[in-house]
Formats: sequence, C-alpha cells, structure tokens
Amino acid sequence: MAYGPHTPADRERMLATLGMASVDELFADIPAELRSSPLRLDPPEAEQQLMARMGALAARNRVDLASFLGAGSYRHFSPPLVDQILLRGEWYTAYTPYQPEVSQGTLQSIYEYESLIAELVGLDVVSASHYDGAAATAEAALMTCRATQRRRVLVSRAVHPQYREVLRTYFAGAGLRLDEIPLVGEGPDVGMTDLEALERLLGDSNAPVAGVLIGQPNFYGLLEPMADAARLAHAAGALFVAVVEPVSLAVLAPPGAYGADIAAGEGQSLGIPPQYGGPYLGILACTDALVRQIPGRLVGMTTDLDGRRAYVMTLQAREQHIRREKAASNICTNQALLALAASVWIAALGPHGLRDVAALGAARATELEAALAAAGAPRVHRGPYLNEFAIRVPEARAVHQRLLDHGVLGGLVVVDVVPDDPSVADGLLVCATEVTTSAEIAAFAAALSNVLAGDGVLAKGRVPRNEPVPAGATR
Amino acid sequence: MVPTDLRYTKDHEWVRLEGDTATIGVTEFAAHELGDVVFVDLPEPGRSLEQFGTFGVVESVKAVSDLFAPVSGEVTDVNGALTSQPELVNSDPFGAGWMIRVRVSNAAQVDGLLEPEAYERLIAEG
Amino acid sequence: MSASGPRLQPTLFELSKPGRGGGKVPHPPSDALDRIPVDQRREAPPALPELNEPEVVRHYVNLSQLNHAVDTGFYPLGSCTMKWNPKVNEWAARLPGFAALHPLSPDAVAQGTLQLLWELEQILVEISGMQAVTLQPAAGAQGELTGILMIRAYHASRGDTGRTEVLVPDSAHGTNPATATMAGLRTVSINAALDGGLDLAAFKAALGPQTAAVMITNPSTMGLFESRIGELIGAVHAVGALAYMDGANLNAILGRFKPGEAGFDVMHINTHKTFSTPHGGGGPGAGPVGVGEKLLPFLPAPRVLRNDDGTFRLERPGERPTSIGRLRAFVGSTGVLVRAYAYLRTHGASGLAEITDDAVLAANYLKQRISGSGVYDIPFHGICKHEFIASAASIKKRTGIRTLDIAKRLLDHGFHAPTVYFPLTVDEAMLIEPTETESIETLDAFADTLIAIAHEADTDPDAVTSAPHTAPVRRLDEVRAARNPNLRWRPVPAEWTPCPE
Repeated sequence: MAYGPHTPADRERMLATLGMASVDELFADIPAELRSSPLRLDPPEAEQQLMARMGALAARNRVDLASFLGAGSYRHFSPPLVDQILLRGEWYTAYTPYQPEVSQGTLQSIYEYESLIAELVGLDVVSASHYDGAAATAEAALMTCRATQRRRVLVSRAVHPQYREVLRTYFAGAGLRLDEIPLVGEGPDVGMTDLEALERLLGDSNAPVAGVLIGQPNFYGLLEPMADAARLAHAAGALFVAVVEPVSLAVLAPPGAYGADIAAGEGQSLGIPPQYGGPYLGILACTDALVRQIPGRLVGMTTDLDGRRAYVMTLQAREQHIRREKAASNICTNQALLALAASVWIAALGPHGLRDVAALGAARATELEAALAAAGAPRVHRGPYLNEFAIRVPEARAVHQRLLDHGVLGGLVVVDVVPDDPSVADGLLVCATEVTTSAEIAAFAAALSNVLAGDGVLAKGRVPRNEPVPAGATR
Repeated sequence: MVPTDLRYTKDHEWVRLEGDTATIGVTEFAAHELGDVVFVDLPEPGRSLEQFGTFGVVESVKAVSDLFAPVSGEVTDVNGALTSQPELVNSDPFGAGWMIRVRVSNAAQVDGLLEPEAYERLIAEG
Repeated sequence: MSASGPRLQPTLFELSKPGRGGGKVPHPPSDALDRIPVDQRREAPPALPELNEPEVVRHYVNLSQLNHAVDTGFYPLGSCTMKWNPKVNEWAARLPGFAALHPLSPDAVAQGTLQLLWELEQILVEISGMQAVTLQPAAGAQGELTGILMIRAYHASRGDTGRTEVLVPDSAHGTNPATATMAGLRTVSINAALDGGLDLAAFKAALGPQTAAVMITNPSTMGLFESRIGELIGAVHAVGALAYMDGANLNAILGRFKPGEAGFDVMHINTHKTFSTPHGGGGPGAGPVGVGEKLLPFLPAPRVLRNDDGTFRLERPGERPTSIGRLRAFVGSTGVLVRAYAYLRTHGASGLAEITDDAVLAANYLKQRISGSGVYDIPFHGICKHEFIASAASIKKRTGIRTLDIAKRLLDHGFHAPTVYFPLTVDEAMLIEPTETESIETLDAFADTLIAIAHEADTDPDAVTSAPHTAPVRRLDEVRAARNPNLRWRPVPAEWTPCPE
C-alpha cells in the first residue's frame, strides 16, 4: 500500500500480539451474509503513472481561453506567497482546533479572518466560514426566521439563480416559505430589484416577513438600492440580508453602512482559484445583536492560565455537537483552509492593493463595455455596475459557441442558468477583473464582430480538444 | 441542603410563591452540574408560559439546558443582571441568580411540585 | 511553571504600519470609479493591515508552527481518520487545467474534469454498493441533509406524508439529529444495547408508519461493527421507512462491507476521512452521497452524465424535475474531489482493501496494548474496527484525574489527544483512531505514553492536571471567552492583554 508503513514482520507482530493468524479474524464480526462482494476496481497505480494520468486529464480542460466568465466565480491575481503558505503541512494537515493549546495557529488565523471580513462588511460578528456563498446565503435566510420567529423570507430574483435554488432546497426541508421579489422590467432601473413590489410583499399582514435578501452587486452586475431596501425591510420588522462579493467591498459601501443585519457571500474572489466550483468560502456575518443566531464555528480571543493572549472556539453551545437536534444548523466543519487563503491574500495585498484590484476590474470593465458595444453588442441594462454586466446579442447560445472557436470564453449564456426570465433571453453575462488584459478585450471584440457579421466559423466545427483519456475506473 | 421555603421540579428549577407571583430559578445542584454558566436566554415580559413548557435556555461552555416553567402564568419580570453577569447563577442560584417572575394563573400547581425533602432525595439518588 | 515553545504572534493588525506593502497589482487609472454613483461608494477605506511580504510570510509561518498536524506527528483523533495526506494529491489539484477551470465552463471546455468526476462516481458506487453517487455535498453534514431530504422526497412522492420521525442511536454524531431538524423531521433517540451495539428491540418498538428513516453509523461511534444491521434494515423496510448510513467510519470496511449490498438506501462518504483529502484545519471537506434504486430520481442536480459518444456533460437546469434541487452553487468541491480521485487511483482495489485491513489491525493492536496494561477501562471487549474507546472513569474515581487532563498531558509528549468525551454515552471517553498510516513504533510509543500518564496520575498528579507544559500556551479560559466574546480585533483592545513580544 502506497502510504502504509507496515512491513510483513510488523503485521505478524501485531497479529501475534492479538493471538491471531490472519487479519481476516478481525472481521469475524461481519456476518457472512453481509460480507462484501470483491471490489471491482482497477489495480493500484505508481505515483509516476498517477501523475501522467492526472496531467492528461487536466490537459483535457481548456484553460487557455480568453475568459470573461464570472457569474459568481472570479479570476484574480494571487501572489505566489499565498499558495506557498497554504502548502505548509502545519496548516492543511491539521484538523479542527479541538485541542486549542496545540492549535493556536489555526485559531489565531480564524480570529484574524473574522476580523478582516468584519472590516470589509462593516459587521462585527463573522463566522469561521461556511461551505460556499449559496450555503451561507441559505443559512442567513434561516437565521432571519429564527431571530424573528417568522416563517417567510423574500429573495430578489436578481440574487444568483443557483443561490435561489439552494434556498428553495433548504426552505422546503425546513417547511418555510420563500417568495421572490420581481425585478424592474423597464426604464433606467431595469434588471434591479423592484422596491415597489418589495413594499407590497412586505405589506401582507397574514404572512409577516422574517428577512429580505438582495444581492450587491446583483447577479447581472448591477448596483442595487440597498439602503432603501433595508429601510423597507426594517419598517416591516424584517431583517435585511446583503448577498455580497467581498472584493467589491474595497470600493462599495459595506453592508453595515446601509443597515444590513446580515451579510452573506462567496469569498472565492479573495484569491481562491475557480477549480470548477470549489472548495469555496461561504462568508456569513451579522450584527452583535444576532450573535446567538449565527450558525457555524466562532473563534474568540481569551487568555491562558498564565494570562497570555490566546484563542479558542467559543459560544459552542449553539452547535450541533452540544445542542444536537436543537442546534442552529447541522454544520460541523468550516472552510478553514479557504478562510486562511483569503486572509493571506488580503494581508498580501493590503487595503490599497485590494482597492486597486476592485478599481482596476472596474476600469477593465469600462474598456470591455466600450469595445463590445462598438462590436455591436450593447449592454442589456442601464443601471450602474462595477465590473460585470450583460450584453445583448442575437442567439446568445450560438454566438457563445462560435466565440469559443475563436479562443474566447464569452461570459455566460444567461438563459442557461436563468431559463425563466425572457428579458435576458438574448444576454451574455460578461465580467472583467484586474487580470483581464487589453489584448483579451480586443480579441473578444474582434471575434464578436466576426461572429455577428456571420463569419462562417460554425462550419469549422467544434472546439479543438486534446487527446481523450480512456474513460473507466471500475472493472 | 436545599432551601426549605421553596418548591422544586425534577428538572431542577425552584419556585418561590408570594401572593400570586412566583419567582423562578435553577437550583444549586443544576448550576453545579452545568459548570460555569456563560449565558442565560430568558423570555420577554408579557409572555405566557405553560406549566412544564420551556421558558428559556441556560448555557455553560460545553453544555446547554432548557429551562422548564414550574407553573403556568404570565412573565412579569426578568432578571436583567444575568445578561452581563450570568455567573450569578453559579454564585447565588437561590438569590441574585433568580431568572423570572411569573403571575401564576393557578396557584394550586405549586402544591403539585416537589417538597424540599423530596427534591433533596432526588438529587441524592442522582 | 510556564509554557515554552514557538513564539506567539501579534495579530496582523498590530504588525500593520501605514505605507507598507504594495507592488502586487498595477494601479488603476484615477478615473476608474467615476461612473460608480457616489452614494454607492465606500466612504472610508477598510482598516485592513498594511504589511510587506516578509512580514506576511513570517507571520503565517510562525503561526503555522503553533499547530499540531499530521505532518508533524501522531493524531489519533477518533472518528476523524487523521491519515496521511499524500503530497502528490496537492500537486494534482494545483494543475492549472483543474485549478483554473471556471465552474460554469461549457461542457466541451471541461471534459477532463467531467470525466474525472464521472469516474469518481463509478468508483464510489463500487465501494459503497450503491446505485449512484452525487458529488455535490460540500461536507459530510451537508451529505446527511442531502440524504434525508431525498428520503423525504421519496415518501412525499408516494403520498406518504405522515412520516415525521428519524430514529437515531444515542451514540450518534450530533450532526444526525441536527440534520433531521433541518429537514423538518423529529429525532427519536434510541439507547444502545448493553454490549454497545444496536438495541434491536428498542428500534423495533419505535418503528412505525410515522418513521421516515433510521440513521445508523456503521461501524458505530464506539468502533463496533453493527452485526445486527441486516435484521434492523429488514425491520425498517418492513414498516416502509428507509435506512440511512452515516459513512463517517468507512475506513473500517473498504472491501469488507458494502452498505448498498446490505440494504442501506443511502449513505454519505467523508472524503477527508476515508480518502485522505486534507482536513485543512477544520475544512474543506466533501460529502458524496450514494443512493440505492429508490432514491435515484431525487438525487441533487446537476448530475454528471456520459453521452453516447463517450463525452461528458452536466444535467441542464430542470432536466430532472424529481430532483431535490441544489445544496450549493456549481457542481461540487471539485478541488477536493480531484485529490480523492488521485488517492483512489493510487490504491486501486487491492490498496483499498489493504487500507482497511491495516487500519483495523492497528486499532486492535493499540487497543490490546492499552487494555493489557490494565490501567484504563475498556468498555467494549472483543474485536473493534478502526477505532476503540478507552475510558479514564476508574482513574478519575481513584485520583480525580479526568480524561481531559490525560488528553492535555499527551500534548506534552508530542501526541495529539484522542477525541474526548465522545460518544456522549461513555463516561470519561477517549475515542482512539490510529489509522493505517502510523508505524508500529509510533503505536507503541503512544501506548507507552498513555500508560505512563495513568501511572503519573498516581505518582505526580499535579503534572497531569496542570498539563500541557510544553505546548505554546497553557489551558485556556474558555469561560471568559464565552461570557465576554471578543470575536474580532479592535484597534484599542482595552484590557485584552499585551501584544506577545
């Protein structure tokens, strides 16, 4: 076995200590009728073979495209020091700091993470992290129900569609009611949450609302009227939840400043690679008043017996291992290593670097908007945006496919993830960040011009692929 | 020794009835079993309680326990000192560590609770 | 007596000095934000620390040295399977083809990862004996929720809406009852039988038309194989309920027991336990869920599908309306799954069987060493699986020294403590799981130390009760932390102790 230390003599000695002739005797407690059929799997692979296999599989993914795809997962520059820190075994091969005396590194790093995120969101209590932005948003919604003892939550239709799907899953389980707030259909605010509709939904006295969830920026990249929405929510006795993207908070008003009670969001953009969806970093933060309602681990500062500063997991009586069926959530782990990654990234960039990242993304997006409009694809919406926006093209799916042939990943075909909103049926959602280059923007614009002019690329066929790796793993 | 002027529940709450007002807390035994109390969650005044229904939660570092109302009635007062000094539950459980006052709706319920000797036997048996 | 060891660190905030840092990303043009409405902009920049690269690196390297980790020493944390985390897996997950792939990439762009995920599902199907696997859940606890939501959907699809209860043994992880609550169901706790196993009669008495599911950890949190499981599953199915298996202890049964073959309807797998993905200081995990035939229609979306032409694709939104939906955004924690896949490919069929054999052999050997000394209580005799319980109940009775003290004393000897005070059903419990990647020399050294501490409890009890002595800090004031929570750095921390030198 690849990582096992036992020599045949070691095994014999252990068996002899047990008075056994064969390891099979250790499984005599499994009744014969329950014993497993043999494992029909491939034979072991030596490390050299494994590396060849993994390299070949990785090479079948195309990461060479000029990518303008965001929609909840963003490419950012990460200084090499970040990954070098993460590769220290003292970080990634430790577990939950159950023995705080020998886990002060992890504990302090989480405390610092909580502190850094608290600065960014403008709220004082930050959980040690959740699975991802969607799960954190669902936990935020459940928090509002616990805190208000109400059973209905309103979520804007401009919150990430997959987050709304997760909300539906969690709410169906908990037997709670989830209603969607429609978007403004026309005029300067098109694509933004309809505050008049929100007010009407909040006014239903038969179904009082626990929480209102709005994304900032929203799924279409637009900046929402968060302060007004928060006022409406509070006037109806509901809590206000901002679903945020943390890099934007270097330049945008933080949730705490516009009255949000809870902030939830995806921390992947804090220097964590896209890696096809995870592991990511669910950010969840709230006001002091809600500290007993927040699920997940919290690390606090305290002292040791000698009075020295030290850190420990605290307020654990909220959690499943103590409160069991009455716990705030079933969450057990957090995303400690990702919280560490985000912290190191923030520390490496600093406040000015972080602002530069956000502002440079905005500048690149301005450049992108102009280039794409000139190529014949104007924005769908009119409201303000930071670094992501939707463009209108005829036959979004076909155009997107043809752009791939030009080596351009032209954002997201909106209808593929929002099949039920005709107003964006011909939209591509595109984004720019600080790593987007002017050359990529020029290539996108040129390709788009060609495609819109009917360049016949479609005839050339599909995206070129690398050699297939024989599929199959079971025998 | 448990105070002889109180009545008790098997869940280790005590109650002192004065007129139609019952003062309620947890016993020294309960406080000791929990360890250092770090948080007490109590109802708002005005809430009505059912006998043996939960009225709050008391937490230590590694344990949590529901609080059960010994009598039915309406909460008239809550010990606000416990917000900043939950340790009063440990240091003076029968005095400054009291939790709520209730206007009882049926004083006869108190008669059904454990007498001091019976409660003492209960904790002695573990 | 004072602790020694690596230096404690000031916070990042205390290291900050205005004007430090920079040079990582280019400066944007000065008008970059002009098009953002003023009322949407941040008024004051966040008060984040300003540091230069050497300070950042030293801070985190020094902090790391305050941790115990698998890479630094033995970590016999029961129920957590702290096995070796292979380095090649870290290399694989960082290959740009995997790491830089956007989760919403078109299928044609993501064929390598889609193939990997599809193959990983097949491998887990074979190991679990289930019909299909979803890789979506982000951790074991989310896998539990996935499983119970599917069970609810199954009952609902049959119009069987009166099933509101989940039966859970009292020794179960807290996640089991917490999961039932999240899924809108009520937990009924069932006490274990005297031998530590399932109390079949108690389960049968509690089963009925109101039962949605039972959740069973097998081997149990006592480290015992539930040999009555076949009969229990039969009884569960007889009343129309389904059987959930918590796969936390899968490391003990690879190639020996396939839950699907035994009749379980659904189970979750913790990749960070059984399949070596790093625990990361508390996460990330991944919690694939396997299902039998009854639950196939309800699997979360999207699934990874193989086309007739041998290419792979994701299910489209709405393609399978019976699905319970999504538990998270995107496909899953793919970066974790790449590591698990590499581990499974490394071992293959024979290697996986060897993992279990060695893990169980090591646990029984260690148990024999400790029970043979006679100084600890061993509540359950006979063979154990990959972990076992020892108890300090007698030591406590004799000397007043508790399991907690023994755990802290172990730290002084360079060992992490076992899981302590779990399961809740055993007094002064220590749940010890050595895993298959620790040498016999390490097992012997740990046994010797644990036994020596028991003797020390008689000869020098103060040394035990005041432990740890050589850890970076001494025992912590957890009461203070909970009574006056300090959950974030404040520029002026008032009484919060001076900055470590």
